Amino acid sequence: MDHFPTNWGRPRNDAIDLYGTYPIHSRPGPTTDAFSDGVQRTQQPIVTGTSVLAIKYKDGIMMAADTLASYGSLARFKSIQRLHSVGEHTVIGASGDLSDYQYIQSLLDEVMIEEFSAADGHSLSPDEIHEFLSRVMYSRRSQMNPLWNSILVGGFKNGKRFLAYVDLLGTTYSASTLATGYGSYIAQPLLRKAVEGNEDTLTEEQARSILTQSLRVLFYRDARSLNKYQIATINAQGTHISDPVTLDTEWSFAEGIRGYGSQTK
Amino acid sequence: MFRNTYDSDNTVFSPQGRLHQVEYALEAVKQGSAAVGLRSKTHAILLALKRSTGELASYQQKMFRIDDHVGIAIAGLTSDARVLSNFMRQQAMSSKMTFNRPIPVNRLVSSIADKAQVNTQEYGRRPYGVGFLVVGQDQTGPHLYEFSPSGNSYEFYAVSIGARSQSAKTYLERNYEKFQDCTLEELIKHGLHALRETLQQDKELTIHNTSIGLIGEKSTLETGVISAQGSFRILENESVQPFLATMDPPRNKQPTTAPAGEQTVPGGDESMETD
Amino acid sequence: MPDMVNLSAHSQQHPQQRQFNPYTENGGTILAIAGADFSVIAGDTRQSEGYSIQTRYAPKVFRLTDRAVLAVNGFAADGNMFVKKVRQRLEWYRHAHAKDMPLRAIARLIQTMLYSRRFFPFYVYNILAGIEEDGSGAVYSFDPVGSYEREACRAAGAGQSLVQPFLDNQIYFKNQKAAHGTSHPAHLPLNTVLSLVIDSFTSATERHIEVGDGLEIYVVLSKGRPMHGLEGLRGMEEVTTTNDGERVFVIRRDLKKD
Repeated sequence: MDHFPTNWGRPRNDAIDLYGTYPIHSRPGPTTDAFSDGVQRTQQPIVTGTSVLAIKYKDGIMMAADTLASYGSLARFKSIQRLHSVGEHTVIGASGDLSDYQYIQSLLDEVMIEEFSAADGHSLSPDEIHEFLSRVMYSRRSQMNPLWNSILVGGFKNGKRFLAYVDLLGTTYSASTLATGYGSYIAQPLLRKAVEGNEDTLTEEQARSILTQSLRVLFYRDARSLNKYQIATINAQGTHISDPVTLDTEWSFAEGIRGYGSQTK
Repeated sequence: MFRNTYDSDNTVFSPQGRLHQVEYALEAVKQGSAAVGLRSKTHAILLALKRSTGELASYQQKMFRIDDHVGIAIAGLTSDARVLSNFMRQQAMSSKMTFNRPIPVNRLVSSIADKAQVNTQEYGRRPYGVGFLVVGQDQTGPHLYEFSPSGNSYEFYAVSIGARSQSAKTYLERNYEKFQDCTLEELIKHGLHALRETLQQDKELTIHNTSIGLIGEKSTLETGVISAQGSFRILENESVQPFLATMDPPRNKQPTTAPAGEQTVPGGDESMETD
Repeated sequence: MPDMVNLSAHSQQHPQQRQFNPYTENGGTILAIAGADFSVIAGDTRQSEGYSIQTRYAPKVFRLTDRAVLAVNGFAADGNMFVKKVRQRLEWYRHAHAKDMPLRAIARLIQTMLYSRRFFPFYVYNILAGIEEDGSGAVYSFDPVGSYEREACRAAGAGQSLVQPFLDNQIYFKNQKAAHGTSHPAHLPLNTVLSLVIDSFTSATERHIEVGDGLEIYVVLSKGRPMHGLEGLRGMEEVTTTNDGERVFVIRRDLKKD
């Protein structure tokens, strides 16, 4: 019995360490062990969320995501929350692998608890949270073990709006409208048209209708989306994530589409 | 030189409940030339007296820049100060790297205080022989801290450390209530007056022996620098002259109570707290 | 058994895995030109991936010191991290020596930093521009693993193949013959260089989908050099931090957004 647990699974190398005298960390020889073949890294996402949308508006940031978690083409979980508050000034929303995302949530929660415990009047601002998140994402991609997500970070602190993106490669950018995944093709042009140049005049109501409309278009076009969504607002009042809302959608036109409706030829 | 039993090892308390090695380390701080720190609502400043070992030698460095928003003045062993200030720079940079945030000043000071504390408790170590005054500016405004080898750190309106610093402290205690609303020029003037109190008889503050470190918006008397908004800078030599010129002429100096050496403070405010 | 799948042969193959690709390409173009006592370095501000514009404003050109400006192009995440790391090294140099690192030393530093990642490179093309200790304008260009040389001008990135031949012609006077009895100038004046830079980017924007949106031009002037040709320029801002050395300016312009 080897009493050093880190040595378990590593064959003793008589050429280097004849009597097995080295303690835990300093033991020479190969650093991989018998389990290393079994170590799995995320090579592809498994249970996934689709697009997240976010825009700047007059009073802050508004972000939206549906509540679907897909398992390939299977709509596996239909009530998963993909928006998450981090402290009092920031909301993050993610598409991509949801287990990786939930890990990120707990990581951020841990950081925020540490900050809170310092109790010295300092709290992380949205841009600092985004910086931290991009450090995490970039370092994991550099270890060839990425967290398979595209994440939007929205915040409002000291009268300043913040909206930025980070993904599994550590790529970051900031703009007044952002969308991940399928949304970057379908919703982003709609958002840009509605928002660019109007960031300081759009009311909360207008912002909400722009996002809702974009979500509707996505639901019609993105097979991995759901007509049940949540909207987060981040403004001077703090963060707020709405309860799930169901979109009213119109499918009767489909009856006239060959191969979809009830026509037989 | 007096000597105590129970002083050869910092892991052993004396029967009076004191750690003599730690108290000796505090004495090392008092061997260093004085440094003074003051704070107003808008600025935090440091002033220090530089020593020179002789006509042919340069003046010792008393201030170090840690980051754009933090600087320190030291009294005691310069070599220990370099180790600690390097550590502070690392901490500041790591905060910049992970959060892109200037490290909160209180956390930076706590981090070296924690380091110093380890040296008062573990076998085979010695306490740092240096004390710091730390000025910085962060989300919560300008700050002034004192750090000492005992592992203590406190925030101050105004404070002084080093040789004859008690005289400066007396000046500061008499005047500190005015500091809050001072302009930068007035604050530096007070600082210079306080620093002057630490001088030996027939010595005076010159552009050679005075360093000024400051944080906060630029003074009209500052020359040669356009630092980024209020970041920490050290004024030396010619840059100090305009401020020296603002000083009031010295009062006829009363013979100071203690001679050139340092007044010992038996069980005084500097000793380890036991609570 | 001809109609049965040969299982044994199949099972010997490794399970097929799609390997994670840690790189992407974010478009954009950078360029730098050295003058006798100044240098100019510029980049567009579009960041894209594939056919998507990610943002219309993501800076690629960064002031390092009052006499050195670095432009990075390629994989944006690597680029930003690389700049951050260079800045940290420069900060340590400042702590240790109480002065800014000279340009040629920054160039060598960048080469060692890039080469240290020879087998997992920063996928970034760097161009460094600024003023040498002798007061001359200088441009250093790098490949992703650290090969570098000092040059008079260099373009890199998505629009390199469009811009570099233009610069070769206009700066090095390639394929031009000087009029009889005259010779080509060794260095061009600042306002000529600025015009070349702006023309390079408007042209690249016209013909390359990954170039456009905005233009940031940094100008570094040698110590004591008069401003002539620079003062009052539209969209110019000084970003110098000291007033007794080299001076740095940034000029921001719009490029077409389509």
